[in-house]
Amino acid sequence: MPRLIALVPIVTLLAMLGPVVAGLWGTVLPAFGHLPVAGFDGPSLDALRMLATTPGIGAAARISVTTGLLATGISVLIVVLITGGWSGTPAFQVLERVLSPLLAVPHAAAAFGLAFLIAPSGWIVRLVSPGLTGWDRPPDVLILNDPYGLAMTAGLIIKEVPFLLLMTIAALGQVQQRRSLLVAQALGYGRLTGWLKAVFPRVYAQIRLPVYVVLAYSMSVVDVAVILGPTTPPPLSVLIVKWMGDPDLGMRLLAAAGALLQLALVVAALSVWRIGEFIVARIGLSWVIRGGRGRLDGAIRPLGLGAGALTAALIFAGLGGLLVWSFAGFWSFPNALPDSFSLRTWMRHGPDTGGAFGETFIVAMTATGLALMLVLGCLEAEHRSGRKITSRGLWLLYLPLLVPQTTFLPGLQTLLLGLGADVGRGPVIAAHLVFVLPYVFLSLGDPYRAWDGRNGVTAAALGASPNRVFWQVRLPMLTRPVLVAIAVGLSVSVGQYLPTLLIGGGRVSTLTTEAVALASGGDRRAIAVYGLAQTAAALVPFALALIIPALVWRNRRGLHA
Amino acid sequence: MLKGLELRNVVISHNDRRLVAIDITVAAGEVLSVMGPSGAGKSTLLAMITGNLAPEFRASGEVWLDGMNITDLPTHQRRVGILFQDDLLFPHLSVGANLAFGLRAGGSKQERAAKINEALREVDLEGYADRDPATLSGGQKARVALMRMLLAEPCVLLLDEAFSRLDTALRTQVRDLVFARARVRNLPVVMVTHDLEDAKAAGGTVFTIAPHED
Repeated sequence: MPRLIALVPIVTLLAMLGPVVAGLWGTVLPAFGHLPVAGFDGPSLDALRMLATTPGIGAAARISVTTGLLATGISVLIVVLITGGWSGTPAFQVLERVLSPLLAVPHAAAAFGLAFLIAPSGWIVRLVSPGLTGWDRPPDVLILNDPYGLAMTAGLIIKEVPFLLLMTIAALGQVQQRRSLLVAQALGYGRLTGWLKAVFPRVYAQIRLPVYVVLAYSMSVVDVAVILGPTTPPPLSVLIVKWMGDPDLGMRLLAAAGALLQLALVVAALSVWRIGEFIVARIGLSWVIRGGRGRLDGAIRPLGLGAGALTAALIFAGLGGLLVWSFAGFWSFPNALPDSFSLRTWMRHGPDTGGAFGETFIVAMTATGLALMLVLGCLEAEHRSGRKITSRGLWLLYLPLLVPQTTFLPGLQTLLLGLGADVGRGPVIAAHLVFVLPYVFLSLGDPYRAWDGRNGVTAAALGASPNRVFWQVRLPMLTRPVLVAIAVGLSVSVGQYLPTLLIGGGRVSTLTTEAVALASGGDRRAIAVYGLAQTAAALVPFALALIIPALVWRNRRGLHA
Repeated sequence: MLKGLELRNVVISHNDRRLVAIDITVAAGEVLSVMGPSGAGKSTLLAMITGNLAPEFRASGEVWLDGMNITDLPTHQRRVGILFQDDLLFPHLSVGANLAFGLRAGGSKQERAAKINEALREVDLEGYADRDPATLSGGQKARVALMRMLLAEPCVLLLDEAFSRLDTALRTQVRDLVFARARVRNLPVVMVTHDLEDAKAAGGTVFTIAPHED
């Protein structure tokens, strides 16, 4: 047993990084013209040349970069303004409570919800029409899928703000912000300025990796881009997926070249961001030295709260929009509510969602179960060996989230194809595991390590073996964080679009792939049903993670902290 | 065979800086009080005896218990009991289940239940077996924690600032109880404390860890 557990970290690394490395390999070869299955023998630069001459490739690449940098920059700014201006206040607590569950809402569902709000025939226009606008038919303006990718950027921001905010809150605990803030305020600094000067540099050091994840993700996301992004041309990530789906196997060379370009863009954008960090740090230091106490604090603080509230409001209103559309009968413009409600859409699409729900459930449960075993094994091995994970180890944990999906997943699919390996559920689960593992690890790591080790010493002094301590003391005491980690894993898996699509080879249909597939059709009622089913699949586990411990430990007050 | 705890040429260091050097025998029924300023390494010495020394410390020397060298044994095989300043009752188990966790394996269900009831009676907590530990008072928790430890039949009892969270009146009461129960079982006791009152009440040898410049 002791030797077995020492192997777990290695197995975990293989499960997490193996597909990434293999996928990169499977991308690099075809990008340089080597794809024997399709009769291409490299190396050659043909694929890269073809990519360079593809019409619209420049615009596609530019959109990837601008949406990524803009979405990340604005998300970070909002989170900084919220946390700096309001952390520790009741308003902040409310916002934290409201935004936490939104983390689980799948990107696709949030994007659909936003689309239903801001579309020319969406709720916002309906609410002000014809009263304010005089429109009695939807205006002919391109709000969704705008060529600058602004709608897509907005769709990313409403999802990344909750993520970064929760990461920031976790970091606050480690930097003793209360005391720093108290000192700054005693020295006459305004709340926001004091926080920015005294606390922010330390907090940012803690959330740097999550911020990079947001940047890499926003640049290479596919489902949000399909739903909200520009179409002529679409962002690079969408082009890659389109080329991968082409029946002409030769197009895979182009897809691989595009995937490599995507990687280069992400690396370049991360470098630009890093340089930006230096510049901000330099400016910040001179700002600190000037000693200004923050005269504008009072004016700026409401902005943070407003932006946070708007983020939450957009997601909730979007989900509300999905709900109303799913029950809508005939709905004429510009009425704010449907002319009639009916169960027809649910009757028609409900049974189909059942099948997709089952597939989603099987994939998510298996991937999360495997992830949980590996993560618990890693954490227990770390505990028993007394060796803490280093900052380099942390980078490894974030690596699968930093390498763009559109770079290694196409390669992984091509590789599986070349090996003659079957696409389908098994490989899809393995691909989901790559993304589920880091999040389960990040979710469970802190509470696992924060567990008072003297409980373990006490149990051991009572004669309990390490395994008995683990099963009978540590795990029961950590019921809540373990269940939350399971919920996190499930929601990450439920939301996965690209791994399911590419590695499943079109044969694994989850709620997410079905919902995104409906995007181009424009059947709002069907989209609403699938979007809601997807949201429920991701949110219900979180609800259970709160309810189950409360029930199981209803007579144990010490576990209700 | 010598009954008791022997620390043979035990030296604990941190980054090549010597923290504790001790060579002492605590005979059965005796109490050794270990004193010294916070950070001196008092708890580290206990961690060495329980076998939980953090990896950043280095220890040499041997720990013998009742004539057996336990230096390289894992914690759960050492039969070294320890009480911390917090009761550390497992919050997911009832009072009775906490005691059952400590009670050495074996015996029928009825016999085990009887032993647990007897232990509760010994500290005036009869009928508390089904209670949630979180509903007990501080003094009650301390008594349950003591009995849980003793049911595991340790061969030595370590006290890591075990009374420092209790208020003065309770402190005397719990301290007297612990010493009395340990004496009945003829256990050697090593008590880490920063309170001279504790050491006086113990009445045994006092070992002081010198502060070190840092």
